[in-house]
Amino acid sequence: MSKANAVSKFIDIRSIAKRVLAGGPVYHSCLVLLALFLVAGILAGIHAQYIVGPRHSYGTYREIPLAILISTYIFFVVASTGLCLVSSIGHVFGVDDFMPIAKRAVFLSIITILAGFLVIGLEIENPIRMVIYSLISPNFTSNIWWMGTLYSFYVVFMSIEFIFLLLQQHKVAATVGLLGVISGVAAHSNLGGIFAMIHGREFWYGPYLPIYFIASALMTGCAFIVFFVILAHKINGQTIDAASERALEVIGNLTILMVAVIMFFTVWKVLTTAVGGPSKLEAMSALINGPYSFNFWVFEIIGGMIIPFVLFYLSKGKKLIYMFVASAIMIISIFFMRLDLVVVGQIVPLYMDLGVKEFPQLHVYSPSLHEILVVLGGFGFFGIAFLLGEKIFDGFHGASTGHGHETQQIIIDIEKAEQVS
Amino acid sequence: MISNPSNGENLKRESPDKLLDQERRYFLKIGLIVTGVFAGGTILSLISNVRNVFAPGAYKEEYPYKPHYSMVIRQDRCIGCERCMESCVATNKVPGYGWRTLVLQKEAPEAIGQKQEFIPILCNHCNNPPCVRTCPTGATYKDKANGIVMMDDKKCIGCKSCMIACPYDARYYNEEKHAIDKCDFCFVALLSKGNKLTVCAAICPADVRIFGDLSDPESRVYQLIHQLQKPVWVIREETGAKPNVFYMKG
Repeated sequence: MSKANAVSKFIDIRSIAKRVLAGGPVYHSCLVLLALFLVAGILAGIHAQYIVGPRHSYGTYREIPLAILISTYIFFVVASTGLCLVSSIGHVFGVDDFMPIAKRAVFLSIITILAGFLVIGLEIENPIRMVIYSLISPNFTSNIWWMGTLYSFYVVFMSIEFIFLLLQQHKVAATVGLLGVISGVAAHSNLGGIFAMIHGREFWYGPYLPIYFIASALMTGCAFIVFFVILAHKINGQTIDAASERALEVIGNLTILMVAVIMFFTVWKVLTTAVGGPSKLEAMSALINGPYSFNFWVFEIIGGMIIPFVLFYLSKGKKLIYMFVASAIMIISIFFMRLDLVVVGQIVPLYMDLGVKEFPQLHVYSPSLHEILVVLGGFGFFGIAFLLGEKIFDGFHGASTGHGHETQQIIIDIEKAEQVS
Repeated sequence: MISNPSNGENLKRESPDKLLDQERRYFLKIGLIVTGVFAGGTILSLISNVRNVFAPGAYKEEYPYKPHYSMVIRQDRCIGCERCMESCVATNKVPGYGWRTLVLQKEAPEAIGQKQEFIPILCNHCNNPPCVRTCPTGATYKDKANGIVMMDDKKCIGCKSCMIACPYDARYYNEEKHAIDKCDFCFVALLSKGNKLTVCAAICPADVRIFGDLSDPESRVYQLIHQLQKPVWVIREETGAKPNVFYMKG
């Protein structure tokens, strides 16, 4: 049987349906719940954008035009870039220990960025114009243009890479994967550049953010892989094989390193800001000692850095439950890291230092119900895609070998399933 | 002609402590003007420093546009009547939830004499506009003829990145236009139809807003900026945006 036939068999609808139906009540309940999130999110977004208008439905306003929807988009694309980078260590750059997670990581990187696109699609006021005028009227000095263009290439490269990984054509997959890494890193640093190149916003301005974003992406990618590899094995009722265990151990160590790097970044961000200009200082004190201090200390520092660092260290890369809990806490915390990054950069009024009556205090932002639903919609999409992906690709069977046994194993499984039926 | 010491023109060297108070004040004033003083913005203290408001290396000429539209706001003259805001709304069809220009109010109860002042703000039509650089589709652009930062509504994707890039809070999303809206120095409503002034400048009863061509030595804006006696400043000069709205007092 040719490889193409093997893959066509692999995505056979009947066997996929069987696997999905055999998922069990918890699996099905999660699917239904996530589907509800997705539908509610899309409806809320359409209602906000095209029926009542974002001004009446989103919590954003003139002084805080970007908020939770942009930070959710950033959350997803940071995760996607991180997944791409971590997976590339194995199948692009040839570190064997990382090979077992390659397929699932590439798949997750595709669905995370699509979830991000869904959220930002419901945030941008005129998405149709975006498609048209990005092509016919590009502004090459715009970080947003570069980010959008490069992420579009990135999705294409990652999708092609995934297909070739399924086809077991590792050389082609590695080549396309390298293009994916390059476009992903370039796109991601441009995402940082959007904020870093705004002279008027001291909290963001400077070379810090693009570099921080890449480091943070690696940390997030590690957390996603650890969490979803362990969860996937639970869903599929599989035990984690030795190769995957080794991969998790190595990724656990990489996570510790990246958390340490982010701790280092955060400490220096706080310290340098402490001697910065007044608006920067104002924003930082809102973060560490003001209205955002709960988010900062509880989520960013304790949940995003200290607990994961301790748990990953104690796990020694072996105690999977420690790693699972740590990565879950990290993922939740990282969501708030992104929210703080976006919102705190805007809370200091631009005319505050003039001492005028109109802008006496920091701007306040609270997400609206519509925004929360759209965020849940993004997570709904991601969750459904993850759960279905596990069944469609049958738990990324044989992912641990990475060198040609997967398809064979899949064919045997499918043939067995057919005989049974 | 040689002066005669006996007729009272004694030219003995003076020590600084013998300077008259008036002279001392004049000297200090010049010193403050030369060195520049922070006063809610950066004072452009010397004539030559006017060049500093232009992006370095960006233009061959000092004033790259013809006409090079700019506005001088004589801040201390503003009485806060807000007629500029009302006329702007009416002329440019600005909806109730937005604004193109605003008059900010500052109170200083501890001050001697006048206890409050007003600070009109609007788009600064920067020479190095952060909003134009960040726009992915060129929906906002610097007019090549007159330097006004304009909008091409049909290209606006509503990403709002220009809103966060603007150091002056000069932009808002207009639901009716489905695009960002901002001050265009009344170009669409008035200047393109042969008028010489923005509505806010024309209607101001206190002659606060002086609008004109900065490249024309005969214009009022040119003359107000190219003088030494009264300090001229721009708001948020540190952003490097090189604004074309200048402020002064006195």
